[in-house]
Formats: sequence, C-alpha cells, structure tokens
Amino acid sequence: MENLIKKRYYVILFIIFGLVAICLIRLFHIQILDPSYKKHAEQNALRHLTEHPERGLIYDRNDSLLVYNEVAYDLMIVPNELRTFDTNDLCRILDIDKEILLKRIEKAKAYSMLIPTIFEQQMSKEDYGYVEEKLYKFPGFFVQNRTLRSYPHPVAAHIFGYVGEVSQKILDNDPYYQLGDYIGISGIEKAYEPELRGVKGKRVVLVDVHNRERGSYNDGELDQAPVAGTDLWSSIDLRLQIYAERLLNERSGSIVAIEPATGEILCIVSSPSYDPNLLVGKARGKNYRLLQEDKKKNPLFNRALSAMYPPGSTFKLANALIALQEGIITPSTSYFCPHGYIVGNLTVKCYHTGTVDLTSAIQVSCNNYFCRIFYNTLSNRTKFPSIQEAYNTWKKHINDFGFGQKFESDLPYETRGIIPSSDYFDKIYHKSWNGNTVISMGIGQGEVATTPIQMANFMAIIANRGYYIKPHVIRAIGKKNNPNHRYTEKHYCSIEAKHYAAVIKGMEQVMVAGTARRSKIEGIRMAGKTGTAQNPHGMDHAVFAGFAPIDNPKIAIFVLVENAGGGGAVAAPIASSIIEYYLKDETKKEELENKLNDSLKK
Amino acid sequence: MRRDTKFNISKGIDTQLVIIYLVLVIIGWFAIYSSSYNPEIHSTNIFDLSKNYGKQLIWIASAFVLAIVVLSFESRHYMHFAYHIYIFFLLIMLIVVFVGTEISGAKAWIKIGNYSIQPTEFAKFATALALAKFFNEGKTQSQKRYMWLTAFGMIFIPIIIIIFQKDAGSALVFLSFIILFYREGLSGNIFLIAVTAFILFLLTFMLNELYAIAISTSIFLIFWIINRKKKKKLIRNAIIYGCALLFIFSIDIIYDKTLQPHQKMRIDTILGKTSDPQGADFNLNQSKIAIGSGGLWGKGYLNGTQTKLNFVPEQSTDFIFCSIGEEFGFLGSLVILSLFTALIYRILFLSEQHRNPFVRYYGYGVASIIFFHFIINIGMTIGLVPIIGIPLPFLSYGGSSLWGFTILLFIFIRLNNS
Ligand SMILES: [Zn+2]
Repeated sequence: MENLIKKRYYVILFIIFGLVAICLIRLFHIQILDPSYKKHAEQNALRHLTEHPERGLIYDRNDSLLVYNEVAYDLMIVPNELRTFDTNDLCRILDIDKEILLKRIEKAKAYSMLIPTIFEQQMSKEDYGYVEEKLYKFPGFFVQNRTLRSYPHPVAAHIFGYVGEVSQKILDNDPYYQLGDYIGISGIEKAYEPELRGVKGKRVVLVDVHNRERGSYNDGELDQAPVAGTDLWSSIDLRLQIYAERLLNERSGSIVAIEPATGEILCIVSSPSYDPNLLVGKARGKNYRLLQEDKKKNPLFNRALSAMYPPGSTFKLANALIALQEGIITPSTSYFCPHGYIVGNLTVKCYHTGTVDLTSAIQVSCNNYFCRIFYNTLSNRTKFPSIQEAYNTWKKHINDFGFGQKFESDLPYETRGIIPSSDYFDKIYHKSWNGNTVISMGIGQGEVATTPIQMANFMAIIANRGYYIKPHVIRAIGKKNNPNHRYTEKHYCSIEAKHYAAVIKGMEQVMVAGTARRSKIEGIRMAGKTGTAQNPHGMDHAVFAGFAPIDNPKIAIFVLVENAGGGGAVAAPIASSIIEYYLKDETKKEELENKLNDSLKK
Repeated sequence: MRRDTKFNISKGIDTQLVIIYLVLVIIGWFAIYSSSYNPEIHSTNIFDLSKNYGKQLIWIASAFVLAIVVLSFESRHYMHFAYHIYIFFLLIMLIVVFVGTEISGAKAWIKIGNYSIQPTEFAKFATALALAKFFNEGKTQSQKRYMWLTAFGMIFIPIIIIIFQKDAGSALVFLSFIILFYREGLSGNIFLIAVTAFILFLLTFMLNELYAIAISTSIFLIFWIINRKKKKKLIRNAIIYGCALLFIFSIDIIYDKTLQPHQKMRIDTILGKTSDPQGADFNLNQSKIAIGSGGLWGKGYLNGTQTKLNFVPEQSTDFIFCSIGEEFGFLGSLVILSLFTALIYRILFLSEQHRNPFVRYYGYGVASIIFFHFIINIGMTIGLVPIIGIPLPFLSYGGSSLWGFTILLFIFIRLNNS
C-alpha cells in the first residue's frame, strides 16, 4: 500500500511536467511558428494615417490671390465607437430629422464599423462651434478639417475648373490616390494637378484599444510630413479681368486678351458668368443644377473656348496673308469694287465702291476685294492642278494659324471650330465645285467657324509677324520668376514675316480712318479689324480683333458681343478700352475704372 | 525540537525556494512597471503611488516583512493553531459575503481606506494548514470511514462561501487540493473522474459539446471493445458514459440558461466563438496576439505595444504574463515556466523527503495551489483554458495575492526547517 502511494508522487510529477510541456508547445507555436500574431499585433496597434497637404494657391500676374484654401469641417463617424447619446440634441445642432440621422448611421455602419466616414459634410462655422463644444457627449463622432477651394474675387470662373472626389476609374489606375481624396476635375485644377496636389505625408501612430492616438510610433521614424502643393502664378491680370467683365456688363459675349510675345492670356471673359464660389463643396451639385437650368443666360457655357462663331470680316486678314504668301496678290494689287462681288447670278454685296489696294481694302473691309482674292487663290490652276489641291493648300495655312484645331494647353473645354475639308465639299457638291461655290468663306461667313481664343491667338500671330506660342493661363510654377516651361515653343506659321506689314498697315488704317476710327486711343498706335458675325437666329454678333502697340505689341485682343450688330459700334470701343487700360499707368487705370463705374450706374 | 530565535531564522531554511521566490517577485515588479508604463506621459518616479508599480513596491516590501514574521514563529504553533486559523478566515469570508465591497463583479473584498483586501487569498494557506492537521491526526476505524467525506467537506465549505461571493475562479482553486488527496490515498478512480470532469468541462467550453460528446463516446467504445467479455464492467462503463453525457449537457444548459447575455458575449468573444462584425479579427484573443507577437527574443523591455496600449485587459493583474511574453518572447516564457516548475518540483521533493508527515501534507497543499494558479493562468493567456480570473502567483499586481502566496510559501519553508 505504502509503495502504491509512493508511486503517486511520480504520477503527480508526470501530470505537472506534462501540462507544463503542453503550455510550452503552445507558446512555441504562437510565439515562433505562427507569424499571424505578429501581423495582428501590428494591425492592432499601428495606424497608418495619411496627412493631406494643402493644395497649391493660384496668384494672378501681379501677385493678387485668385484661388486659396478655406478650412471646412466635416463631422466624421466611427460606428464602432458609438455609444448611446442624445440623438435629439445632435439633430437640433445639425438641423436634421432623426430619421435622416438614423439612416446616416446605418449607412456608415454598412460601409465600415472602424473606418471613419463623413456624417455631415462641411458644417458651417457656427455648427462646428456647437459640435466641438459638445463633442464629448457624442462618442464615436469627431471633426475633421478639410480644405475647400475659395475665390476672393468672383471672376474668371470658367478657367479655374473644380476639385472633387477622385473617381473609381482614377483610383484603379493611379496608386497615388485613395478613396475620398480630392483631385482636380477640370480647368487649371486638372491641368496642373501634379503640381497643385503636393505630396501626401504619412504618420504612423500607436492606437490603443479605444482607438485613441497614443503618440507616434518609434519616435516618428516612419513619419513623413506632407509637402504643400506648388503655388501657381496665372498670366491673368486680375484688375484687367475685372475691368473686362464689367465692360461686357452681363451681355452675352466673350473677350480674350493675349500677350503676343509669350502666349500668356491676360484676361479671358465668357459672359454671362457666375461666382466660382458657388461650385465649391456640398452646395456644388445644387448650384450646378441651377446654373445648368438657366437656359437663357447659359452661364456655364464657356464662350471664350467652346463657342463657335462665324469669324466675319476679321477672317479677311487671314485670306489676305495667304494670298500674299501664295503670290496671288502683292500689296499693290488693286481691284475695282462695283458695290459688291458679282459673277453671273452670284452677288456678294459691298457697302463701298471704288478701286482699292490691299491696305485700303482692309480699311474699308471691301467684300469684293476679298472675294476676288479668295476666288483667285482657289482657281489658280497654274499653281494648283485642281480645286481640291488649291483648297487644301489654303486650309493648311488656315490650320497653321490655329483655326480648326485645339491648342491643347491648360485651358478647359476647348472646341476645334470648323474649317471644312475638301472632302466635305466634294461630298455635298458631288465634286463639282469651285471658288465661287464657297465664296462666303472669303469674307469669314459660310462654312467656317472659329472660337474667340483662336481669333485672339490669330491677332497675336499678326502682332508677332508670323508666330505664336500656345495661349495659356499659367505663367509661372512654384515661384513668380520660375516660368512655366510647358508653353514656350514658338509655332511659326506658313506665312513669311514680310507679308504682315501690308496687312498691319491696313489694320492701322481701320483705327485711323476706317470702321473703328471712333475707338482709336490717344498716343497708342493700334491695329484692328471690325467684323460682323452673321447669326441666323437673331441679330448679328459684333466682332473686333486687334493688337497694340503696332511696334513692340503688348496685347492682342478679340472681342465678341452677341446680337449687338456691327463691330465698329460695340466691340471696338470695348477692345480699345481694355487696351488703353492695360497699357496706361496706375492713375489712368483708376480714372478709367471710375468712368466705367459711372457709366454702369446710369 | 530545536528552539529558533529571531537571529537565526535564516539558518537552515531552503535557499533554493527563497531565491526562486525573490526572482519571481522582482520579475513581477518589472512586468507591472512595463505594463503601466505610458510612452507619452512617462513618470520616472518608481515610487509613484498613483501607479500600480509604485503600490506594488509597498506590497513587496510588506510581503518581505510578512515572510520574516512567518519564519519567526515556531512550526508547532502552525500545527497547533491550524484549525483556529482556518475557522478565523472562514468567518472573515462569511462576513465579506454580507458586508464586502464589490470589485469587478466579485463581492470578495474588504475595503480599508484606499486599499482593498481579499480574504480568499488567505483562506488558501489556512485551508492547506487545516487539511494537513486533519490528515496528521490519528484516526479511529470509524473516523477513517468518513475521512474523505470530511476532507472534501473542508474544501467545499470555503468553495461555497466563495461562490456566494460570486468569484467562481477562486472557488475552482480549492479543487486543486484533490492532488493532495490523491497523494494521500484517495481512490484513483475518484481522482480520474474529477480530472475527466474538469477536462470535459474545458472541452465543452472551449470547442463545443459535440467535441466533448465525440471524445467521450470514442473512449467509451474503446473500453467496450476491451471489456466486451466482462458483463459487470460493461454495465459500469455504460453508467460512467451516461454520466459524462449528462455532465456535458448540464454544462451546456448552465452556460446557456444561467449566464447573463453580456457575460456570455464576453466569454464567446474571448473564446473566439462569435465572429465579430468589425471584421478585423478582433475576435482573436488579444492576449494571444500580445504573447504571439513576442517572437523568440521579444520586443524588448518597455517596447511592447499590445500590453502598453491596453489591448490586453487586466494587464498587470491576471494577464501579467502577456507583458513578459510580448517583451521577452519565447525565451522569457521559458524562464517563467522553468522557475515555476522548479518551485513546484522543489516543494514536492522536500515534502517527500521530510520525516514529519504534517510537512508533506502541507507541502502538497502548497504545490497544488501554486500549480493550479500557474497552469490555469498561463493556459488562459494562451487560449488553452477559458478565462478564469485568477492571478499568477508572485508576479501579478495586488497586495492580497502577494501576501497570501508569500505566507503560503514561507509557512512551508518554516515547517520544512523543523
Ligand atoms: Zn467694296
């Protein structure tokens, strides 16, 4: 018996060592063999946070702020951390129904229990104040700062474009972006997204079991501070832009002014316009719809870049340059005008009569002269074996001026305009057509259509005597004196420089003694051309194109006022006001602004 | 009997036990310091009494004083007053049932100023002493017949009182005396039944009743094939099998019917039974993650993330082992397990060696209690047994438990020296 009992000592030792061994095997398994616990531990305690950089600011060419960031407050929710709270209190603060509140909570829960989602977007500052004060009463809620674009001056709405949440398509293709990130969707915001967005930073923080941050991991060894987005300097002259918009005074139309030597857009107006602040943040959808529904004003339509108009008489300048280049005429070539271009039963009327050379023809805008040289260009069978070849040569020159194509610079919503191909005419005229069939194109009517930006650029070409730089709105990146290298290439046109002098001379005569003589500016030599864009739907559009000063041009301009009749009466005065304003000094600027204010009051 | 004086109490005591004790207590303090250490607002004052590690310093210092006091009494006093001490602590525990303070669900505490004392911790050594005295007494033939009944009665009285205190974990601890009973001649069958019942209980809890039924059924079938010629044994096996099934179902029913929903949820989540709607594997036992993430070498002292960021509940008391497992890895775990195994082995070895059976009885009681605490505590942190809230001896934060175990161990050291 005693022996048996003594044996039990060993049984007990065996049980003890056995159980200790089981524990050791288990510890060996979870601590050494199974790596999943290390992964879980990391997920538990480390939170990888993204630090969103501030988006780059945009200044005008004189350092005035055009676009900046304003802090907005989003109320975030983490469903997992929700505890019972006074729902009525929160409803009252946010001014929402309890039903909506419950629905939003359900939605957040459905998305994720742990990942914060937006509960209330962009609270007003007052709401934010209340919520912040009472946040301790609402566990599971917190406030996150977010920046929204803001515009100190409600002008130039059409070029900025907007910022919005990144789309699924971009998320799939660009690993930089994460769900909920903001991205430039159009305009400058889109064109310069890589510069404006900056570099996202990251922070690895220790998070305790209650999801509270408990300091940075490894003394911030893995942290990277965000790099703020690069600031941009626009070529826009804010004061000029405001002045130009006021000149149009809500009339439908467009103004584009370009610095010829650089292709920098000085002002770009599409009227009627809207306040760009309307299309920011949570009100954007609603306001966008309202603007879209305003069919009468159509403020969202970007007339400067998307609207196609017949260029009218300003197009005659292009035809003159082509005729000179192709040797169809010389500056001294003269024709007699019998109140129009009359061939058989085809008549294109002219208000003028008499014999004119090129300079005078531009000055009086003689329809006969330009129809004739256009016809002669297309019918020169010694040079071109067929009408198609003649037309294609003409079209090549026209395209070279930038007509019928997009510049593809940093501007949004460009359209090509229309310069038909010879195939088009072959098709509709069954290959039997000649210069007279398409004669209205000789005076900028008929099948051609151009956009205001193309016309302004054409003026820059004439001012430069033969080249242009793609029109663009951003002149410097990062620093004011750090030029935007994207748009510096000179595009030389197919017209030799020597041909411009005669055309410019004619354009000067327009200002001195021609259709725009009432709009000439004291002390500034200016070149211009008025025009009338025929409008089958109503009154014609008034058009003026020009540049100044003639030697060493500083500004090329195109003005179009819809349904305003002749260019000389309406468009030319606006253009010369802008040119005068731009070229004159500070005191004169104030004087002009006051004058405009007074006239607008009346 | 040799007379000891206060000046030579250290003479003849077992230095191995004392050294293991000191090492465990010191490791415990460093682990408590680490789990209370806040990487942000880190106070360098180790005497900061608002922190667990500051308070534990007081508990440790007073435990050392207590150890000396324990050693300074003569062995015969412990034998003589065993029943008095036992009854004294039973009465205190009974009083606590009525006037005690409730801390995390258990009404097992007496509040004195800012400090709380849990008499249950002292009832352990008291019961061990009483049982030793009981086994040591000469018995008449009729007394022997009821010996086991009385012995079980002596452990069930504190168990029942503790159940009234709603402290199920501590109640289970008293069942560990069954190891002592087994050593002193309790029928192997009863011991086997008790151990089987305990394993079935864990299986039902850990996995589900189907596993427990499957295992009991297969054991039953094996015995059936072995004993198929002996009718008497077959009947007995069938009865045992029936009892096992009944036991399994009753656990299941108790679990389903008696636990409050929130308690059930807690147990289910801890056991990984429910899949958590949060998705991110939160159902995984957090203490397992802490220990498992330690690897071979650990993350280094004070570098643990899981314990420091409160992912592990009760990290300086019941889950103190997580801190060691995370920061010192498998090697740290190995050291702790080795120390405890050495401690328990040493107690059992000395008990077997001793001429006085009273010392053996008491020694087995001490080893049973410490072993049960140690194996269940570590088992629960690594997901081998359900969460039974009992501390790790000598390491866990807390005055009552440290004092209780110190007295428990040092009475043995004193008795062993006699
Ligand atoms: Zn004429």
